[in-house]
Amino acid sequence: MSSLSGATAIVGIGATEFSKESGRSELQLGCEAVTAAIADAGLEPGDVDGLVTFTAESSSEIHIARNVGIGDLTFFSRVGYGGGAAAGTVAHAAAAIHAGLADVVVCWRSFNERSGERYGLGQANRPMDTNADRAAYSWMTPFGLSTPAQWVAMFAQRYMHEYGATSEDFGRISVIDRARAATNPKAHFYGRPITLEEHQASRWIAEPLHLLDCCQETDGGQALVLVSAERAKDLPQKPAYVVGAAQGSGEDQHMMTSYYRPDISGIPEMGLVGRQLWEQSGLSAADMDAAILYDHFTPFVLAQLEELGFCGRGEASDFIRSGALELDGAVPLNTHGGQLGEAYLHGMNGIAEAVRLVRGTSVNQPKAVDNVVVTAGTGVPTSGVVLGAR
Amino acid sequence: MSATYEERLNAWVGKQLVRPTPAADPVNVPMIRHWVEALDVANPVHLDVEAAHATGRGDVVAPASMIQAWIMRGYAKTVRPQAGADDPYAEFIALLNEGGYTSVVATDSDFEFMRELVPGDHVSADESVESISPEKTTGLGAGRFVTTVKTYRDASGEVLATQKWRTLRFKPKAAAQAEPEKPQALRPRAAINLDNQFWFEAAKEHRLVIQRCTACQTLRHPVGPQCPHCQSFDWDTVEASGRATLYSFTVAHHPRHPAFDYPLVIAVVELEEGTRLITNLVGIAPEDAVIGMPLELEWLDADADLTLPVFRAASAAGEEN
Repeated sequence: MSSLSGATAIVGIGATEFSKESGRSELQLGCEAVTAAIADAGLEPGDVDGLVTFTAESSSEIHIARNVGIGDLTFFSRVGYGGGAAAGTVAHAAAAIHAGLADVVVCWRSFNERSGERYGLGQANRPMDTNADRAAYSWMTPFGLSTPAQWVAMFAQRYMHEYGATSEDFGRISVIDRARAATNPKAHFYGRPITLEEHQASRWIAEPLHLLDCCQETDGGQALVLVSAERAKDLPQKPAYVVGAAQGSGEDQHMMTSYYRPDISGIPEMGLVGRQLWEQSGLSAADMDAAILYDHFTPFVLAQLEELGFCGRGEASDFIRSGALELDGAVPLNTHGGQLGEAYLHGMNGIAEAVRLVRGTSVNQPKAVDNVVVTAGTGVPTSGVVLGAR
Repeated sequence: MSATYEERLNAWVGKQLVRPTPAADPVNVPMIRHWVEALDVANPVHLDVEAAHATGRGDVVAPASMIQAWIMRGYAKTVRPQAGADDPYAEFIALLNEGGYTSVVATDSDFEFMRELVPGDHVSADESVESISPEKTTGLGAGRFVTTVKTYRDASGEVLATQKWRTLRFKPKAAAQAEPEKPQALRPRAAINLDNQFWFEAAKEHRLVIQRCTACQTLRHPVGPQCPHCQSFDWDTVEASGRATLYSFTVAHHPRHPAFDYPLVIAVVELEEGTRLITNLVGIAPEDAVIGMPLELEWLDADADLTLPVFRAASAAGEEN
């Protein structure tokens, strides 16, 4: 076990409402979420000395700090690769606290992703420059391959070819997420479950992906407060200990288009994250009481189940059909409704749900949750955390 | 109160447009020969009397679909049309023109044949209006479908054939044509830099190149300045054979970019040399794309600045090789 395991805890969570048009600036959404999370932790803005966010965030740390009234910062960092950053922010915060660089670190993400710049519309019309990141799109966008759904569809087609999975196997993830969202008042799809038939009947976005394989787009903000395990004991909330936190970028990694590896039916960067999580925590997939798996597109949930060791290669379809991911199953999935059902907050809302599961306050609380794994964006350099009650 | 345009138009339904008009010549073997030779008709019953007898016919017969040819007005009347004082057809066309329906395109022709024509038959035909549709919006412009019935008879008045003839009389999109033509949307640009420029330059010359490490000979794609296997910065290129197999694909439906036709088949292909490439499939319907199918290179000169390798199904010859 790593000395990082259990050294820190998430002691506060805060979010805005999740909407399709917030009517407020992304900075304001960030300030609201950060302020709410600090209050939830029983702390004051002046207690915070570290901030971590995504490189994709439009508001720099200094704007949050001076608006929220945080004052001095001794640690600030950003994590790249879109939604792959989510759990990485927790990893950075935990490492910084563990190393003594800061005492109270807030991780946040806020955007008007639905009413503003929609990621789902793709990269085709983004401005060009000559940096390596932009040049990488030269192999895709001139051929019309420019949206996240299309990028994932290419993997999904190959996964189906190799393992005999079907669109219905992907659809079962959607059905589970929407069932959980249906009973979560904060979820956009509250009260609106779907059937597998509705999934199958939904229109094509990028074959083999139907509309209902693709997550929604959201305006909102979400923040998390981390402190040392020691300090957590003095705060009002039941701590959600960070028993594992890791990032991973695999060999021959590309952004959403790692099509050049010998095999593309898996997402090895998530396997890399999983191996670190289990090594740090001394736990395994079998020890997880719930799983919050990044679900911007359903096919990669199957790949994650396999990469994290919940089932063997190519066995995710059967594993899902077994009922293991249901609320009364061995490892309830995305109890908040996931990004398909609750909100697309770049994975940060999933970490908040994991905190609620450990606290025992999820609206869909399955049972006592001692350990829960949360993953970040798939198909990109990614990250994961295991939160525990110990 | 004067009749509305709609009423005046509908008054034509059931009326005769063309009075019974006899063909210039009776059905004859020389004209049948022209037709049979021009259209490369193999059936011998049109020119060979014995073949016709063998099938129980009394004489050679004219090809059925030739019936329109017998009553065509011919060259002289085409170049020097005679302005008829009382020509219902001209009157009807004038009324359509008045409504702005100045353009025409034929949409349907349904024949029913009652008996075969033999040399000596003298065909005549008349034409009546069967129906006129309300104005419809079509790709060509707003228009009305006009259906007429032509009745072909012999000299005794026996009906030889009927023809339902449907045309779209439409208002050409004058406004749209008057506007300067919008340039075709360009495919998204490649971001060219010092590392990838050579590949796109080669593509402009219709050469699909693969970057090769000159130290360890390993091929790599997408391109990069350094060999991940031996760390060498020295490289050259090899030209790909153009043979590939389909590794994976997606059929894109939404959202749509104006430079592409949808559904758009985007593929990852594995080149014979071993590297993979994102590309488009051309000439392959989405439902015909199968992982593992053999493909061959084709060049797409998308615009003046962008040439891209795309792939089509390998020809049979390619498969044998």
